[in-house]
Amino acid sequence: MGLLRELIKGLRVTGGTMLRTIGGGELVTIEYPKVMRDKPQRFHGRHVLNRYPDGMEKCIGCELCAGACPAKCIYVRGMDNDPAHPTSPGERYGFVYEINMLRCIFCGLCVEACPTEAITMTSLFEFSTTSRQDAIYTRDTLLMDERGTVPHMFPDDPLADMEELNTADGWLRATAPAGVAAYEGVQMWQPTPGAAGWPPEPSQEERDRRTKVDEPDG
Amino acid sequence: MTWPEFWIVALRVVLTFGLLLVATILNVWGERKILADMQSRIGPNRAGPYGILQTVADGLKLFFKESVTPRKVELGMYLLAPFLAVIPAFLIFMMVPWGKPFMIGDYEVALQGADLNIGLLFILAMSSMAVYAVVLAGWSSGSKYPLLGGVRATAQAISYEAAMGLAMVSVVMFSATQGDGGTLSLAEIVERQSGTWGGLLPVLEPVLRFVPRWNVIPQLVGFVIFFVAIVAETNRAPFDLVEAEQEIVGGFHTEYSGMRFAMFFLAEYVNIFSMCAIAATLFLGGWNGPTFDDALPGFISAFLPTVYFLLKTYFLVFLFFWIRATLPRLRYDQLMQLGWKRLIPGALGWLALSTFVLAFRQFGVPWS
Repeated sequence: MGLLRELIKGLRVTGGTMLRTIGGGELVTIEYPKVMRDKPQRFHGRHVLNRYPDGMEKCIGCELCAGACPAKCIYVRGMDNDPAHPTSPGERYGFVYEINMLRCIFCGLCVEACPTEAITMTSLFEFSTTSRQDAIYTRDTLLMDERGTVPHMFPDDPLADMEELNTADGWLRATAPAGVAAYEGVQMWQPTPGAAGWPPEPSQEERDRRTKVDEPDG
Repeated sequence: MTWPEFWIVALRVVLTFGLLLVATILNVWGERKILADMQSRIGPNRAGPYGILQTVADGLKLFFKESVTPRKVELGMYLLAPFLAVIPAFLIFMMVPWGKPFMIGDYEVALQGADLNIGLLFILAMSSMAVYAVVLAGWSSGSKYPLLGGVRATAQAISYEAAMGLAMVSVVMFSATQGDGGTLSLAEIVERQSGTWGGLLPVLEPVLRFVPRWNVIPQLVGFVIFFVAIVAETNRAPFDLVEAEQEIVGGFHTEYSGMRFAMFFLAEYVNIFSMCAIAATLFLGGWNGPTFDDALPGFISAFLPTVYFLLKTYFLVFLFFWIRATLPRLRYDQLMQLGWKRLIPGALGWLALSTFVLAFRQFGVPWS
């Protein structure tokens, strides 16, 4: 009899779930290409080489990212800037920059190693290719253009959502020298390509309220 | 046999075959959809509206895939086994009456593949034949996991077929008291379940007048035993030790691919539907149900019995899926324990009990 009771208990769970699902209950799956799940703010997606707002490249070709990479998937060669038309504010710039996405483990150590915050990670994660050669992202693909847009490897691909790509990358805005203190209620971090919208910056009061728990009394 | 009779028989067979195929295709899709609902998923939704053509798409895919033949197989048996699985599966359903017989001119059309007077025996024989397919497929694959699956199939079939047969016997015995002598013909067993229990007990007359005269009411225990046994007989969860993916890869069909695998797959789902149809026929009154002959036009009340039959069968099929979504697989010793220590003694006891009750009803109790 105990067995029968357990059987009925189990059947109630599955039956109840079925009725809930049919009645429009929440699903654990989403219809992926049609619906995108919100990604976390610090998602480790594909890399991007950033620019300063004036269009200068941030990368100075120091190869620290290549040295930090545990998977040895980054290849960088630096070159002296042309004094008349400098590519980056520093002495040198990275004129070869390749990341082998098949080897990359998306640990983010390159981002930590970079002294100028030139390399950061976006929320883009759809980069399946049909050849090994295509999986090696070159400087052309990695470098964002003047408008802060990440270029796409295959702009003609039916899956490429150029709308999504055309939103400015947050890192560029966040490190822009135009930083003003009054960001209250403003969506300070612009949506990164591939991420759904981020919440606006909270006000100072709200920030205090959130952190109040941690403050010692008196 | 005259020509009209010939065409009627041909029509019956083709209709039964078609019904079974369509029902099976819907079953595969329905199972995936129901399981998805029970797991808060969406399920197949790409092919056709609500993914209803998913099975057709899968079948086409399997049809065009390569049928790999491993080097170590016993070729003759290996090639024969899928057919041994499919043919009995289809033959079983041929015995099931799936609608009320009707007249075309002077000829009676029974909606049934064939009405054998030994129908139930034939069903038992065919369901035992289906086990050969699994065993031979397992053995002839020349590989260890299929062999294990085949061995398990043998043990399981022997354990549960006994209980299934005993449950059937109690139905046949009960059915013999309901009409003129005993019968093994399914059409006759269904006929005898028409009407209601009215007139049995004068006290309960107002209630009994609306209770259908299905065998499940006096034979509830037999029905439960039969249902458990057919779940085991069709190798469905929680009795799917034969093809336990987590332990023995795919069991007997590990070495099969392409169309040959598709045939095993088809046989499994055809078996589910036929076994549920048989359970509905034996216990739930088959196509019996209120047809409202006076109120409805003739063609609707001729069609309603088929609807009732399908409703009952699909209810049982749904139970199959529900149980599959709920219960974990039994361990081998638990399977044996349930079969030999619970179901067979239970079925024997139930058979003895119903024998005594029926005999006393017919001949009077010995102490009176």
